[in-house]
Amino acid sequence: MHKDLVRLARSERAVRGHLALCLAAAVLAGLLVLVQAELLAGVLSGRFAASALLLLAVVVGVRALLALVQGAAAGRTTTGVKSALRHRLLARLQELGPVRPAAQRSGELVTLTGRGLDALDPYLSGYLPSVAVAGVVPIAVLVRLFAADLTSALIVLVTLPLIPIFGALVGMHTRAVTERQWRALSRLGGHFLDVVRGLPTLRAFGRARYQAEVIRQVADAHRSATMRTLRVAFLSSLVLELAASLSLALVAVPVGLRLLSGSLDLPTALLVLLLAPEAYLPLRAMGNKFHAAMEGVAAADEAFAVLDDATRAPGADAAASAAGGARAGSARAGAAPETGAGTGAGTGAGTLGATARHVNGAKIADAAGSPNGARIGNGAEPEGVAGADAPGRAVRAPEIRLENVTVRYPDREEAALEDVSLVIAPGERVALVGESGAGKSTLLHLLLGFVRPASGRVLVDGVELADHGSWRDRLAFVPQRPHLFATSVADNIRLGAPEATIDEVRAAARAAHADEFVTALPDGYDTALGERGANLSAGQRQRVALARAFCRPEAGLLLLDEPTARLDGRSESAVVTATRDLAEGRTAVIVAHRPAMIDLADRVIRIADGRVVADAPAGERQPAGTRGEVPSR
Amino acid sequence: MTGIRDLAPVIRTDRMGRRLGLAVAAGAAAELAGLGLIGSAAWLIARAAEQPPLAALSVAIVGVRAFATSKGVFRYGERLAGHDVALRAQASTRERLYRALIPAGPLNQRGADLLSRMVDDTDAVQDLLVRCLLPAAAALVTGVVAVTIGLFLLPAAALVLLAGLLAGGVLIPAGTSAAARRWAARIAPARADLAARVADLVHAAADLAAYGANGRALAAADEADARLAALARRQARANPLAAALGVVTQGLTVAAVILVAQGAGVGTVATTVLALTSLVSFEPVLPLAAAGERLTGVLAALRRLREIRSTPPAVADPAAPAPVPTGPLTVEVEDLVVRHGPGRAPALDGVSLTLTPGRRVALVGPSGAGKSTLLSALMRLVEPEAGTIRVNGVEIGDLSADDARRLMTGLTQDPYVFQASLRDNLRLAGPEAGDEELGEAVRRARLERWVERTGWDAVLGEDGRTVSGGQLQRLALARALLHNPPVLLLDEPAEALDEATADALMADLLDATHGHTMLLVTHRLRGLERVDEIVVLENGSVAQRGTHEELVSSPGYYRDLWRSEALTAGR
Repeated sequence: MHKDLVRLARSERAVRGHLALCLAAAVLAGLLVLVQAELLAGVLSGRFAASALLLLAVVVGVRALLALVQGAAAGRTTTGVKSALRHRLLARLQELGPVRPAAQRSGELVTLTGRGLDALDPYLSGYLPSVAVAGVVPIAVLVRLFAADLTSALIVLVTLPLIPIFGALVGMHTRAVTERQWRALSRLGGHFLDVVRGLPTLRAFGRARYQAEVIRQVADAHRSATMRTLRVAFLSSLVLELAASLSLALVAVPVGLRLLSGSLDLPTALLVLLLAPEAYLPLRAMGNKFHAAMEGVAAADEAFAVLDDATRAPGADAAASAAGGARAGSARAGAAPETGAGTGAGTGAGTLGATARHVNGAKIADAAGSPNGARIGNGAEPEGVAGADAPGRAVRAPEIRLENVTVRYPDREEAALEDVSLVIAPGERVALVGESGAGKSTLLHLLLGFVRPASGRVLVDGVELADHGSWRDRLAFVPQRPHLFATSVADNIRLGAPEATIDEVRAAARAAHADEFVTALPDGYDTALGERGANLSAGQRQRVALARAFCRPEAGLLLLDEPTARLDGRSESAVVTATRDLAEGRTAVIVAHRPAMIDLADRVIRIADGRVVADAPAGERQPAGTRGEVPSR
Repeated sequence: MTGIRDLAPVIRTDRMGRRLGLAVAAGAAAELAGLGLIGSAAWLIARAAEQPPLAALSVAIVGVRAFATSKGVFRYGERLAGHDVALRAQASTRERLYRALIPAGPLNQRGADLLSRMVDDTDAVQDLLVRCLLPAAAALVTGVVAVTIGLFLLPAAALVLLAGLLAGGVLIPAGTSAAARRWAARIAPARADLAARVADLVHAAADLAAYGANGRALAAADEADARLAALARRQARANPLAAALGVVTQGLTVAAVILVAQGAGVGTVATTVLALTSLVSFEPVLPLAAAGERLTGVLAALRRLREIRSTPPAVADPAAPAPVPTGPLTVEVEDLVVRHGPGRAPALDGVSLTLTPGRRVALVGPSGAGKSTLLSALMRLVEPEAGTIRVNGVEIGDLSADDARRLMTGLTQDPYVFQASLRDNLRLAGPEAGDEELGEAVRRARLERWVERTGWDAVLGEDGRTVSGGQLQRLALARALLHNPPVLLLDEPAEALDEATADALMADLLDATHGHTMLLVTHRLRGLERVDEIVVLENGSVAQRGTHEELVSSPGYYRDLWRSEALTAGR
């Protein structure tokens, strides 16, 4: 039984009720089979009149009714559990923030949260009821058998445990092998998918036909290996089948002989014959449902692994708001005991493994409106924070100060940023340059609050970033590959300002040099994007993302991650011009590869291996490719 | 039945018919043994109550024991044979699908999700066999035998049983199958909607977090989930209904058989045997409701696979391919027109180009100008609408596509990393290459530092080490250089690299390919003074052509781009 899953089912009230109903209906229907056997034996032996068949029909009707109830309750249980789990998973993913370790591949997470959870269906609606039935019905059958005929009851009592015992013995012997084989089977599927996906590449090098042979050989080798395993693995079902049918023979033959000698009457004999198989059936049914249920267990394990994994987040969303605790104890000293959340975060965050509960606690407390400023050890009431929510506020370009900041990802040994200190003045435009993997994106993520420093501080206008409650309301972000949602262009542009009017959206698009091509789309700003909608070119997508930024006029900090990386010359110049306008009067940090983008900046900072290796006004920029010639700060 | 049509080619191969027959026989035998066990036990007990001499019972006693022993053995045989057949069927289905995909087709444009669904669909043949066909065959045999026994004992009761079995084994599965079809159509959009919302949340996590739109996106996902759950709850009523109907059919059939038998006065023994064999004969029949439900999905999957297989390839091989031209190759492209679909604007509209041996030509132009399409046409991945491509005078349409690509290939768009070692990932472009050649290719692609760090035996791809965009691009370039085709085609070799590396790579590349026939697609102009001809494509036609010197001295796209590049690079 899956502990986490059962706990989840119990904690959701609606699910708990439906699951109980589902199990009760299954058990009741199982017990009615006993009544049915009783009636059949009575009618066949002539003890009951034929009119008892009417009663039999009623029992059958009730069993059918119970099947309906069980099914409906099972449907509500599975959808309830899946919805609850899905909601928790998605909420958890958001807490973890956008910077996830490579170990959690996005595609897998999408599959797990979507289709993957459907694997729970057989576990919840098939396996769990069969466990309940297996726990009750065999005992009921035994009790009835003992009342009817001691000898037969004893035979069943002795042979019945053979099923779980043999099942466990053979299972133990073959389980590891079987599991390995099933994993190999899924790897085989993976291999095939891999080859199909890479077909264009194989075709280019004339290897496509050759791979057909490989596919066959791999499949053949795999089949022989699988069959070797199955020959042993299926022994378990052979044993179970044999135990059940031989037990029936063991019961039936002596019963027949005792009938012959007259020491047993026909009604009892028929009852024994009809009841005996019912003792074994639930156990075998449970065994049969076990395999399908295991996929569900695997899905549940994966889901709970994501839910429980607090250590992975170097800077979860939630962690960012509780990051005060990461500062060597300073927060704890000043922590006001008003909610206890600050304390919880402070204690927990000593290790990176601050458990999800602590972090969550802090987050909930924040959301409930506990004043962030109260936790600041070093005074300085953040003036920007209090009014950040007020609409219509004039743009205020913030000053950004990094003090000895080091960022580490849990799955990597070397620090992503090491001891970086920087001051970016209000309104300054900074280009970050350097090889891929040097730490430029990490620096952006740090300013976005997606990751938090392992040591050191990030100060915005003199106040630590972690304490700016609604910090992100003050910034606009244009990623390298902006995601466009499968909704209208207008809704895509107003992503960060849902209240924006269509005129504001248009104004933003015009500023981003996007108005022209958007107006040319079939439905203009109402055109749906994505798979079933219009497709935009890379340059157009980038300009929609810039329009998003323009649609947030109150944002004082602009963060751009290589917005022109994939554009050709003409698209690039449109994006560069729009970026120049956007950066006007704002503090801007731009990760840049291309000269046109770098030229926008007042200052160029080169990063290598997580450290600032050069920092100079734009005019003194060294030719691309050299580094370390300007003294680092 | 459509499913059978899909099975036919599978069954014809590998003595599959015999294997399948064996599995069916074993399955039927297992069910019959179960029927025999209960039938002989019922006879034994009912007859024993009449207290005949012991000898009269001996056959039944032997029968009970024999059936009890053989049932498990037959079941074991069925499961083994069934799985063997299923694995073979799946393997041959996959191979058949793969072979159908080898010729370039419109499939190339399909997304990763569609591809993985296609691979999932190949499991359908397995399900058709193991979860639909085998159970149905076993149920059929059992039903026939049970009804036949009934005919001997009491024809009227046998007819009742037949009616019950038909209701349980044909009507109910037909119902579940129809319900599954109806629900699949209604649930699929809701499922896709949820998947899209979830994908938004995961893939767009940064966009959503930065713009504070997380809450809205989560709410949208919850709503999609609620819509799907509401549909799923209603769908979940279909199977319990089938189960309930099954219980009723079985129970009423048994009751009716008893009523008929007792009315006919055939005696306790016959009545008991009739009743109990009727009861047990439903055991393989009732699970067919689930098989009916599964069959709907299986048939849909088979239909999708059939559509894929019957999609004509984008390029048809000639019946009798011309011999492959040898010696130094001259490639002449004349007035080439390529359209990516009827009714769409031509991607290439009258392009001419000549590559003489040793000549290096660069293709530049804005994205969407048709540069990659021209490479596809040369690699015979698309069929031109008009115009010709000749290699030493031979039209490439007269060559097999494989032969055409033997002459002209290289670095294509969207190169792929396989789940294999770095060495194997590289060596697929040169199966005979030794370590020295591999090392040379890697060095020329400026990948040697990464290879040193990663190691030749490190597994790349989905389950292995992640490969960044720049590394992937250089790995693909190393493949192309290792393959060393007579005419080298390179699509944006310096893409996704930073300025400095890109410049160095282009310089190396132009050094290394000196005297090698090459067509280079690029959007970076630096270094192009070293190629023999530059062709500027705009909107599918040649806008300008000439050497670097000529193009920078005449107004147009090239000079604009060169100036802006020079300006921004501070040259």
